[in-house]
Amino acid sequence: MTNEPRIIERNALNRLLEVLVQEGYQIVGPTLGEGAIVYGPVQSSEDFPAGWTDEQEGGVYRLKKRADKALFGYVVGPHSWKKYLHPPERRLWTGQANGTDFELTPEPIESTRFAFFGVRSCELHAIEIQDRVFIHDDHVDEDYKARRENAFVVVVQCGQAGKTCFCVSMNTGPKAESGYDLALTEILDEGRHFFHAVAGSPKGAAILQQVEARAATSSDNAEAEETVQKASQQMGRTLDTAGVKELLQENAEHPRWDLVADRCLSCANCTMVCPTCFCSTVEDTTDLTGDHTERWQKWDSCFTMDFSYLHGGSVRASTKSRYRQWLTHKLSSWIDQFGSSGCVGCGRCVTWCPVGIDLTEEVRSIREDKLVPLSSKKEASNGNA
Amino acid sequence: MESVQRQNVMLPSPYRVHRVHRETEDTFTLELTGKDGAAPSEFIPGQFNMLYAFGIGEVPISISGRSESSGGWLQTIREVGTVTRALHRMKRGGVLGLRGPFGTGWPIEEAQGNDIVFMAGGIGLAPLRPALHVVQSKRDQFGEVVLLYGARTPESLLFEKERELWRAKFGVQVKVTVDAAGREWKRNVGVVTSLVERTSFDPDHTVAFICGPEVMMRFSVAELKQSGIPEDKIYISMERNMKCAVGFCGHCQFGPTFICKDGPVFRYDRIRRFLAVREI
Repeated sequence: MTNEPRIIERNALNRLLEVLVQEGYQIVGPTLGEGAIVYGPVQSSEDFPAGWTDEQEGGVYRLKKRADKALFGYVVGPHSWKKYLHPPERRLWTGQANGTDFELTPEPIESTRFAFFGVRSCELHAIEIQDRVFIHDDHVDEDYKARRENAFVVVVQCGQAGKTCFCVSMNTGPKAESGYDLALTEILDEGRHFFHAVAGSPKGAAILQQVEARAATSSDNAEAEETVQKASQQMGRTLDTAGVKELLQENAEHPRWDLVADRCLSCANCTMVCPTCFCSTVEDTTDLTGDHTERWQKWDSCFTMDFSYLHGGSVRASTKSRYRQWLTHKLSSWIDQFGSSGCVGCGRCVTWCPVGIDLTEEVRSIREDKLVPLSSKKEASNGNA
Repeated sequence: MESVQRQNVMLPSPYRVHRVHRETEDTFTLELTGKDGAAPSEFIPGQFNMLYAFGIGEVPISISGRSESSGGWLQTIREVGTVTRALHRMKRGGVLGLRGPFGTGWPIEEAQGNDIVFMAGGIGLAPLRPALHVVQSKRDQFGEVVLLYGARTPESLLFEKERELWRAKFGVQVKVTVDAAGREWKRNVGVVTSLVERTSFDPDHTVAFICGPEVMMRFSVAELKQSGIPEDKIYISMERNMKCAVGFCGHCQFGPTFICKDGPVFRYDRIRRFLAVREI
């Protein structure tokens, strides 16, 4: 039975990468770069950040040496897989003028078959959230769909959680239960270093079959389970999601928005690192002759003034309204729009906020202020009237 | 056509400018057919297209009717920015790009057997016009029909001939007002809401369609509610920045709605709470 868990020794891991390459996949995964663990092309398991981990806090990210040689002994970095599925910049079409007429040629649909190596459970949920935007809604983004269908997903289960993690609150981890092709759990134990591997799809099973591995014993299975259990005990943050949809909708005028706006730089970091933020703009670039033009789609952020520009001015001119839009969309209106929260609890927006704004804290403040109205906060009662 | 759109919803298709109608100083109507002169597809009054001026950019514009002579779509546009300026320069025979139609329309069928109140502010008359055309084509299926129309100045009033036709031939109560005018203007001056009390309709059996600047729509709703029309019989057409029109770009969000696919036409009671929030 190929669906039974297998054990791949550390020194046989390269074989798995070789098989993926043989099957036509371009492997992308965690690498050291830019002072962080970022996703990039991977040739062999030597490219993984062996012996490194990340320390995270609100507004803090630091690489640290580990005592061991774990390849996946970190949490998550600033990148997410959306840079491959929904790229930061993508040409949509090119146009050529021809007298008073013109011709538009659509960009070919991306045909690269990516193998995402080292996907976390929260990230897998983020991908599924973007699937609902680009594939399962009224219209289909064919380029996204092709990239998604071509992708091979190798989960590496979390063995530790960071101080900004709260996937347990969002019900998105730390254990990936389905939606992957292969799920690995990295185990380092008394000089042993191996991967517990489970296939989650026929594609995954076919790949796993070609890799030198032995059947997992019940103690291997228990150890894998323990690893991810450990991560679930380490969540650095929590977010109470009960009624959060209504909470934010009903508190659009809460004074907390003014306080957070005093700190928010409107820099858009949170939206760039968020694995589910999907907003984009289009830019037309035309050469000097005016005959050749290209339309590019680029990531955009609701934190910019341009985002809501309507002839005459921006709808969301204040930082307060932009932060409110982001948080309310993420945790509240996303549920109306796509049937799930837009947050997976990965903590990136907290870590990469230059001033350490923490959405879990913002929600808590609104919730607590609502439950226990402080007499000194007269604006609060007015705002909610 | 539809299969092409399905393959690449972001790729404009070529349409020919069959005619250009000058409306006012800054407002014009493009009559658009297929490149071969064929009449474009059906649309629901209230829907919009994304119009693309080659090398410049794309903007959402509501369809303002269908030409009786060419069968082409009419798109009435006010020059307010780079793209609309480029569209203003389009000449008969020129080609532009188009994606659409997109969005929801005015629920005219709901108004059948009832009275209808149309309230328009400025260019907001354009998205309402195709609905008036439907009413005009089956006038006997509606009771009282009221058109209240406000503009900045007498010079910026749109579709005068048609308004006169609706009034004289189709028994539409047409009332017009402007914000400011010279001495030669003998008609109303003031906000469009002041016209409501001067018309007659049965508020218990009336459907209202409103299109104009957001502040005008808010006051219009208040006035119509005052006159007895329930909130769930009032429809308004919303506008927001829009890049894709298909729910991908996120720009047109208004509360939990996407204007591009959940709107632009909304039943008032369904979005009331978001209209009340500044900068939402």
